[in-house]
Amino acid sequence: MRTLSVAVAVASRTLRTVFTNPSLLLPSLIFPLFFFTAFAGGLSSVAGVPGFDFPPGYTAFQFVFVLLQSAAFGGVFTGFGIARDFESGFARRLLLAAPNRTGIVLGYAIAALARWLVTAAVLTIVALVAGMQVGGGPVDLFALYALGVILNIAAILFASGVAMRLRTMQAGPLMQMPVFLALFFAPVYVPLALLEGWIHAVATFNPLTRVLEAGRSLLAGSPTEVAIAFAVAFALAAGFWLWAVRGLRSAERAG
Amino acid sequence: MRGVFGDQVLLLARRSVVRTARQPANVVFPLVFPLLLLAVNSGGLDSATSLPGFPTDSFLAFALAIPFIQGALFATMNAGTDLARDIQTGFLNRLALTPMRGVALLAGQLGGVLTMGVIQALVYVGVGLLVGVRLESGPLGILVLLAFAILVSVGFGALGAFAALRTGSGEAVQGLFPLFFVFLFLSSMNMPRNLIEIDWFRFVATVNPVSYLIECVRSLIIVGWDTEALALGFGIAAAITVVAVTLASVSLSSRLTRS
Repeated sequence: MRTLSVAVAVASRTLRTVFTNPSLLLPSLIFPLFFFTAFAGGLSSVAGVPGFDFPPGYTAFQFVFVLLQSAAFGGVFTGFGIARDFESGFARRLLLAAPNRTGIVLGYAIAALARWLVTAAVLTIVALVAGMQVGGGPVDLFALYALGVILNIAAILFASGVAMRLRTMQAGPLMQMPVFLALFFAPVYVPLALLEGWIHAVATFNPLTRVLEAGRSLLAGSPTEVAIAFAVAFALAAGFWLWAVRGLRSAERAG
Repeated sequence: MRGVFGDQVLLLARRSVVRTARQPANVVFPLVFPLLLLAVNSGGLDSATSLPGFPTDSFLAFALAIPFIQGALFATMNAGTDLARDIQTGFLNRLALTPMRGVALLAGQLGGVLTMGVIQALVYVGVGLLVGVRLESGPLGILVLLAFAILVSVGFGALGAFAALRTGSGEAVQGLFPLFFVFLFLSSMNMPRNLIEIDWFRFVATVNPVSYLIECVRSLIIVGWDTEALALGFGIAAAITVVAVTLASVSLSSRLTRS
């Protein structure tokens, strides 16, 4: 109960800060739309590459990537807020005041999730207006968005672990860059089977490849490797939960 | 008098370079991030070279032009942010009390950006050659690439300086970053314009000056000596430079109010 009340308080405060400050809200809304426009619009001829087979079309193919990317970066952007809270001294006062400090991590995670749900809703509406074809049914789509939710939670837990260890905004690139690389070392532009050379090897072992390919199969209505994708996503979230809680302990020790 | 002016420019250029060099993030990030994107995009989009009409069979060679322009964008941010910090910390006001000429300040600042631009260009060409890209324009093409990198760095650096002088805020300069990224992504960065299928995107890429900057560099790498691409690229880069330096000079004179 104490954990929940702390989590709700932290989440409410974080969401109020984000939704009343356009400079914090707009980038997380605009960047995914921009990537969607640039990839789906500028690269649509890639669907003509021999062997490219994704019946709903290239717009839907890129939508899944951008949706999952926005989930991950929604977590990272909230991580920036944690670092800012440490720099301003707010987080230290929070550590003193909270009866259960694990609730702080949970609160930031709830805020990140609420923030991403808004982004996901806007992105989906724009994609549908742009003519995106959807092959999957309601259960498939629910599974796709559920993958996004888990990825968002994993990303905020990763970012909060970094923020609580370093406690400075200068840690921003350390939160952003690994997530960026993990996302872009997956099959972003073409399916895994069409990648060649080193990028194919890297993408094959990249856990996010499973999530991305399963997400695309769900949108197309022909689910493949969905169980593996969920297992990978849950494993990432569980691993980063430990990372975040240990980061919290590190912040506590630092005082 | 001319010697004094030269000394002023050199001193400020040296300060600009040393300040950049002392912040590893300002050196490493503009060098590494464009190369990472190059690696990711060239790996991921290599199969696009099998599209009918694609101008080369190596996407790496096709995409090598992008880091040159991306590096210049980072130079804009760094130059603008450094100058904004000088304004915020009062350095510019203290400088205004000295006999330092305003134009020397701008030239010095741009000298630092230019140095960084040349280093970036050499690294990008070096990496390209190392991974097997052969410039169709030959060794002379490398010199032309360097000249273009200098022009673009000065032009974009002056844009950053203008933003800093106009707003006096590092955050405002950083706020330009997404705008520049929009210009970059809505260009012929990843696909030749004639292969872009979506009409409105092709139109935007055609009217976007960044497309011609990229195509100028790209022509030297995958075509050889394409007079039209070179003329358009150098012409647009020169126009950006003239406009940006003029705007920065005007803003500087109103910022440097001597009593």
